[in-house]
Amino acid sequence: MPAIIKDGAILTRDRWTLLREATGPEVLQAAPGRSFIVPLDFWLSYRAQVEEYCGETGIWLDSHQTLEPIADVLAKFAVIALNFPVFADGRSYSNARELRQHYRYQGEIRAIGDVMRDQLYYMSRCGFNSFALRHDQNSELCLQAFGDFSTGYQSSVNEPLPLFRRRGGARKE
Amino acid sequence: MYVYDQYDHQMLAERVEQFRDQTDRYLAGKLSDAEFLPLRLQNGLYIQRLAPMLRVAIPYGLLSSRQLRKLALIAREYDKGYGHLTTRQNIQFNWPELAETPDILTHLAEVEMHAIQTSGNCIRNVTTDHYAGVAADEVEDSRPWCEIIRQWSTFHPEFAYLPRKFKIAVCGTPADQAATQVHDIGVYLIRLENGEIAFRILAGGGLGRTPVIGQVIFEHVEKRHLLTALEAIMRVYNREGRRDNKYKARIKILVRETGIDEFREKAHAEWERIKGSTLTLTDAEIERCQAFFVDPDYVRRLNGSATLKEKLHGDADFARWHRRNARAHKQPGYAIVTISLKQTGVAPGDITDRQMEFIADLADKYSFGEARISHKQNIILADVEQRKLHELWRELSTQSLHTAALGLLTDIICCPGGDFCALANAKSIPVAEEIQRYFEDAAELEEIGDLQLNISGCMNACGHHHVGNIGILGVDKKGEEFYQVSIGGSSAREASLGKILGPSFAREEVPGVMRTLVDVYKAERKNGEAFLDTYRRIGHEPFKQAVYAGNH
Repeated sequence: MPAIIKDGAILTRDRWTLLREATGPEVLQAAPGRSFIVPLDFWLSYRAQVEEYCGETGIWLDSHQTLEPIADVLAKFAVIALNFPVFADGRSYSNARELRQHYRYQGEIRAIGDVMRDQLYYMSRCGFNSFALRHDQNSELCLQAFGDFSTGYQSSVNEPLPLFRRRGGARKE
Repeated sequence: MYVYDQYDHQMLAERVEQFRDQTDRYLAGKLSDAEFLPLRLQNGLYIQRLAPMLRVAIPYGLLSSRQLRKLALIAREYDKGYGHLTTRQNIQFNWPELAETPDILTHLAEVEMHAIQTSGNCIRNVTTDHYAGVAADEVEDSRPWCEIIRQWSTFHPEFAYLPRKFKIAVCGTPADQAATQVHDIGVYLIRLENGEIAFRILAGGGLGRTPVIGQVIFEHVEKRHLLTALEAIMRVYNREGRRDNKYKARIKILVRETGIDEFREKAHAEWERIKGSTLTLTDAEIERCQAFFVDPDYVRRLNGSATLKEKLHGDADFARWHRRNARAHKQPGYAIVTISLKQTGVAPGDITDRQMEFIADLADKYSFGEARISHKQNIILADVEQRKLHELWRELSTQSLHTAALGLLTDIICCPGGDFCALANAKSIPVAEEIQRYFEDAAELEEIGDLQLNISGCMNACGHHHVGNIGILGVDKKGEEFYQVSIGGSSAREASLGKILGPSFAREEVPGVMRTLVDVYKAERKNGEAFLDTYRRIGHEPFKQAVYAGNH
């Protein structure tokens, strides 16, 4: 299990099992009751079986995939994981922002794949609140990343207003 | 100009610390080359042929004398005593030590400067017309809008890992000296029929391997919706831009492959989703930013013209410089002065620490303590009293900064080329110098008139060769440096891409080719036509035939 940071703390236990690849619905029966994060294509192919499954399920999207196919059912997922095939692939930042800002998704958004210390701050501002760190990452050092900047010019999940709307407030004080 | 508040200062200080930590980890072997690469690039640091290169942002080209002095200090203490002005209103230092770059960034932060997002696959330093705010015919000052875009794009968490670099230019002047249409996004300030001012937003322009002129995405956007419109384009691009091939990753390729109509639909659909969100600008914010760019305390009712006329009459060299390098100002009694950095024998755009300090002093004395950098690699003093022009010119001549070349054949835009750049196929600086030496007669140059010559050392086109009236591109032919010549390009409002003349030339042939092109123009031109006008009237063929006539 990779080290996971969630809501600013290192998790000692993570109930989710990420199914990186899943060929058929039988994988769900191998460990009944376990919480699985299944690939989007798997969910689209075996939606009925996933919905009948006795355990909890989340879903993960690769960086080239969009949210449209699951837009109506987002609230069913306790976790939506977004993949970074390489750290320089920035598409999942847009998916995270869209989940939070457009779809008002309230559940866990988890960064998976090539997740390193130096991306964490921007990821968190885009709406990610959990991070499956790459194996070589020091999770204590990674925790510090969230404090790299005290604020940003843009809005974020924690700061729903862009700075130019907060500045006015600051002046009035 | 814009003045940082506590938020700007704090974020910048935090950025310096973040980069110091990243550099330390890299030097300690805890970050790989591949991992450090995007981090250092987003702080302006390239690894070049001979040494690292640090590219410092000069946001939309504006500099205070204090900032200019700081750049001089950096050039002296961390470099070899000079800097290089780029075609995107940045300054590059070619010889810093990697380990010292965090210290340089600390120095820069003291004067509200940085190297943030000057390279890497992110939104780069926003640029504008270097006459913004002082041009007589401007629709509206573009600088407050540049600042608004600068803040929105700085540390934008969603757009730090784009498919490729992303350049935005804003322009409020009819002439358009910002090369707006060859940017990933070009923003024009336009006046609508009802008198209101709005934005027209283009996307998909660019130079490089595949030069393209941008196309209109948003015909007109109300001022308060500027950022949501930009964000909509960015999001479509971040999602859909190609990531499988670096040479097809710019937005221009996405627009072409998607088709302009479909791309426009996607951008509009995304805009509809976010229009009216908290990113919508407030009147208070627009006014706040505009307040930083109000006119300086101009002297009213200046009676300078008599003094100026007398000097112009009595001093032919001054008169020539005045004709070329002083331009009309919106304020009566003032002029916009360009200090040419195109002295023969000096790489175009290079400036020494002493010259920076000297110009900083002149800015204090003559131009309200501010200077500007143009994408044509010159320095502008934007607010000079006409009655002081002669005095300024004399001071400039003491440092050989009085070259009267603005807009002439020798006012060459030129990239650093093979002398410095790891990407270059050929040298560019010596070619510029050889042409400058070949055309050294000032009277003849002026007689040739406006002629923009742009030189790039490779197809990445940092020297904007595609949009030069004459463009020269360095190419590699079996290990030897050759030069391909194109003509007819322009980055102005009537933008056009140059057309290649034919087979490329050896370096020693290039000045002679320039001579032939100029001769064709001089023989064909009609009353008052500039080179580009004549080219557009008579076409490619007469130039081509003349250049290749001797070879067949």
